[in-house]
Amino acid sequence: MHPTDFTLAGALAALEEGAISAVELTRAHLDAIEALNPRLNAFITVTAEQAMAAARESDARRARGEARPLEGIPLAVKDLFCTAGVRTTAASRILGNFVPPYESTVTAQLLRDGAVFLGKANLDEFAMGSSNLTSAFGPVENPWSRRDDPETKLVPGGSSGGSAAAVAARMALGATGTDTGGSIRQPAAFCGVVGIKPTYGRCSRFGIVAFASSLDQAGPFARTVEDCAILLRSMSGHDPKDSTSANVPVPDFAAACKRSVKGLRIGVPKEYRLDGMPAEIEALWRQGLDWLHAEGAETVEISLPHTKYALPTYYIVAPAEASSNLARYDGVRYGLRVEEKGDDLRTMYERTRAAGFGAEVKRRIMIGTYVLSAGYYEAYYLKAQKVRALIARDFDQAWEKVDAIVTPATPSAAFAMGEKTDDPVTMYLNDVFTVTANLAGLPGLAVPAGLDAQGLPLGLQVIGRAFDEETVFAVGAAIERAADFKALPRVRAGA
Amino acid sequence: MSATYTLEGRTGPWELVIGLEVHAQVVSNAKLFSGAATAFGAEPNTQVSFIDAGFPGMLPVINRECVAQAIRTGLGLNAQINLWSRFDRKNYFYADLPQGYQISQYAHPIVGKGAVEITLSDGTTKTIGITRLHLEQDAGKSLHDQHPTKTFVDLNRSGIALMEIVSEPDMRSPEEAGAYLAKLRQIMRYLGTCDGNMEEGSLRADVNVSVRRPGEGYRTRCEVKNINSIRFVMQAIEAEARRQIAVWEEGGEVEQETRLFDTGRGVTRSMRSKEEAHDYRYFPDPDLPPLVLDEAWVEELRRGLPELPDARKARYMRDFGLPAYDASVLVAEKETAAYYEEVARGRDPKLAANWVMGDLFAALNRTKRTIEDPPVSARDLGALLDLMKDGTLSGKLAKEVFEAMVETGKPPGAIVEERGLRQVTDTGAIEAAVSKVLAANADKVAEYKAGKDKLFGFFVGQVMKAMQGKANPALVNETLKRALG
Repeated sequence: MHPTDFTLAGALAALEEGAISAVELTRAHLDAIEALNPRLNAFITVTAEQAMAAARESDARRARGEARPLEGIPLAVKDLFCTAGVRTTAASRILGNFVPPYESTVTAQLLRDGAVFLGKANLDEFAMGSSNLTSAFGPVENPWSRRDDPETKLVPGGSSGGSAAAVAARMALGATGTDTGGSIRQPAAFCGVVGIKPTYGRCSRFGIVAFASSLDQAGPFARTVEDCAILLRSMSGHDPKDSTSANVPVPDFAAACKRSVKGLRIGVPKEYRLDGMPAEIEALWRQGLDWLHAEGAETVEISLPHTKYALPTYYIVAPAEASSNLARYDGVRYGLRVEEKGDDLRTMYERTRAAGFGAEVKRRIMIGTYVLSAGYYEAYYLKAQKVRALIARDFDQAWEKVDAIVTPATPSAAFAMGEKTDDPVTMYLNDVFTVTANLAGLPGLAVPAGLDAQGLPLGLQVIGRAFDEETVFAVGAAIERAADFKALPRVRAGA
Repeated sequence: MSATYTLEGRTGPWELVIGLEVHAQVVSNAKLFSGAATAFGAEPNTQVSFIDAGFPGMLPVINRECVAQAIRTGLGLNAQINLWSRFDRKNYFYADLPQGYQISQYAHPIVGKGAVEITLSDGTTKTIGITRLHLEQDAGKSLHDQHPTKTFVDLNRSGIALMEIVSEPDMRSPEEAGAYLAKLRQIMRYLGTCDGNMEEGSLRADVNVSVRRPGEGYRTRCEVKNINSIRFVMQAIEAEARRQIAVWEEGGEVEQETRLFDTGRGVTRSMRSKEEAHDYRYFPDPDLPPLVLDEAWVEELRRGLPELPDARKARYMRDFGLPAYDASVLVAEKETAAYYEEVARGRDPKLAANWVMGDLFAALNRTKRTIEDPPVSARDLGALLDLMKDGTLSGKLAKEVFEAMVETGKPPGAIVEERGLRQVTDTGAIEAAVSKVLAANADKVAEYKAGKDKLFGFFVGQVMKAMQGKANPALVNETLKRALG
């Protein structure tokens, strides 16, 4: 067995048994990155030396009997998490060669638990996108390709495209991502891996470059539901440095993966049955519900009546917050500064931000600035906040009838680079099934459940009650067992 | 009720309408949303956390002590404490605003309506309404004079907690505005919520001024920004009112705008017009949940409030029998009041007041020292009063001893001992001196006995002189009267 083929849980067992060392495991993943990254571009920065040093330290600790929960596990870190001493770009030119002197809470907790960081994963610039095409460091290629058209490069989804691609291509055992409107779940589905956006407040946002503060949430990618559960446990927990972080206990998520779904009530929201939805997505959805039914769960049709307003609401709230969050990138204190002799402050701002931000980021800053402007605030931002409350209420009412909700993760399989890129609104539609969980602050998990006619992975999404990731993991694991997803991407380590 | 203050224009009298927005720096060891220190005068950029500098991924966390200080201030202003308040972002770009927004309570302030009473020079009082008090972050400081072409930025102030206190447009004269600002400063210094140091910028005022004909409604107002002394506030109001009167009287229209006060020339000048006003795009800060206060905590803070100046003044008048003026002077600064109370404790409060307001204040002026660092401690001044009471010192001698205390810093007992200033109450010594004086001035004794009563003072003076001023005056009087029959 190739070391990159381990699951995370499998690797932990092999390390514990001494079947493999952290150095061997890390070396194998660094080799995979070296071989595949020139093509896939999943990593912006590879920290091979630090990774090897950390792996040696891990082996030493394990030898001393001091192994920590993730001792020696090689991971990719989305380049939106600040990592002390390691360049953090948010895939934007404007951060230049920014090297944070501090570590984000989530990555600090992973390091505390013994993880080995391989490098910083590519993403859409400032996490704004569903394709990873907006990265200033170039697009990421999806390791999967169409059966009939293997030469056409597909997008990995976004914004955490590099994280999803790295895990799918076996360049890492797991990865961190962030999800503001679907940025973990959509790329997980496109790349045939598992990803979970936990409840808002479950993971600290401290040290994560902010996109939309009320929606951003960190979460893990891995190749199994259990692996995600193991990672999420390390990433979670109250952080006094984030006022929106929840002071609630962190359960043993991995144990929840083994729970039976018998007797659970699974909600099927009728509003998620979209006109023109591909038949294979519809079929996959039905299949997933049948699997759960076979395991003893009950399926219940529910209504989430404000679903149709979710995308427009999201595309007001998220840009509004982003327009303010990104104001700090002004060329004054760190990052890129573009100026010419004689420039006044304002001209320096204009040059710096014109050169530093890509088109999609500029578009969202402008949308956000517009919806917050005097005379428009009530009509857009305030209205959106009211609709957001109604969307959350839809879910509250649903939880009276059901324990979890299952939907498709995305309205299609991965699309090709160049498709859907002319019209930003078409691109925004990718988030149609995922944004509601962000707006309501609920946990959502994407799990691969099948392939489309072209052999591309399709995912299902499980949404749960706030802080009930355990049920989400139980349902996700049940789908995973039934789907028995064994397909492999064409581009992968050891292939 | 005093007559309405007016300024005389070419076409008749004009009334003034004035409201103040006061920015008071909260006394706290750390900033509003970060743990960085707040000491004044530190080297530039040495009290800056990554949060204050707007680094990527940094998040604000509210400082509980700053919230407590705002609540205490609200309680001191007899104001409504809002148990639910919220922080908004005020978005604008400037080099000394690292986040690109200021976190401020725009829509939902922590403190609502309140009132303070001011006393004017003619002794009348007036109530000034408080509209609101909210918490916000200060910005950094741009230094334009450090380099020929560049501006330097000092972020030490960035993120420091400010209370913005907004008044109703209730003031009608520069004096009222000055008295209001002085009163706010006094209350906050009593509470220990703002040190009130205007030179260091701990207290700054924006002044809204408009003028009107007597009996009219409000006309357009202008805001004069960032004034850092009570005197300048009063000057700026008059200058701005005169400017507006001239505009109206020339048939023009006062435009709503933001102005600055040129302290050198004593005029206001335009900073930006209404059209140039920023669109701050306020919205709730998504990094901060609403600030929800526990009512029990507010009550705990209320119980912990110190006695405030108005209550203390009333107590001085009621319990000590001080006149209103003396009581006002003594409570003006809490340090003065503390000094006075230590002197007065267990002694004659009126005598204590006279000494503090008379000899001590004079000594402070003369030595250019402050009540926090006085040349004579309250304890020593009290001891001096005790020496008068027990007859050791006469009033005259006491003044001499006090001057020696100012000079040497020694306690009164030591000075009395060293200089032998103890008053002579030995009747034998006094009688001897009286006999000597009367014998040496037989002619004057004859004149006195013939009815020239005024000469009694002369004899007293001669006896005191003979005894180097140390004789107990009452005993001298008594002995002389007896001797002169």
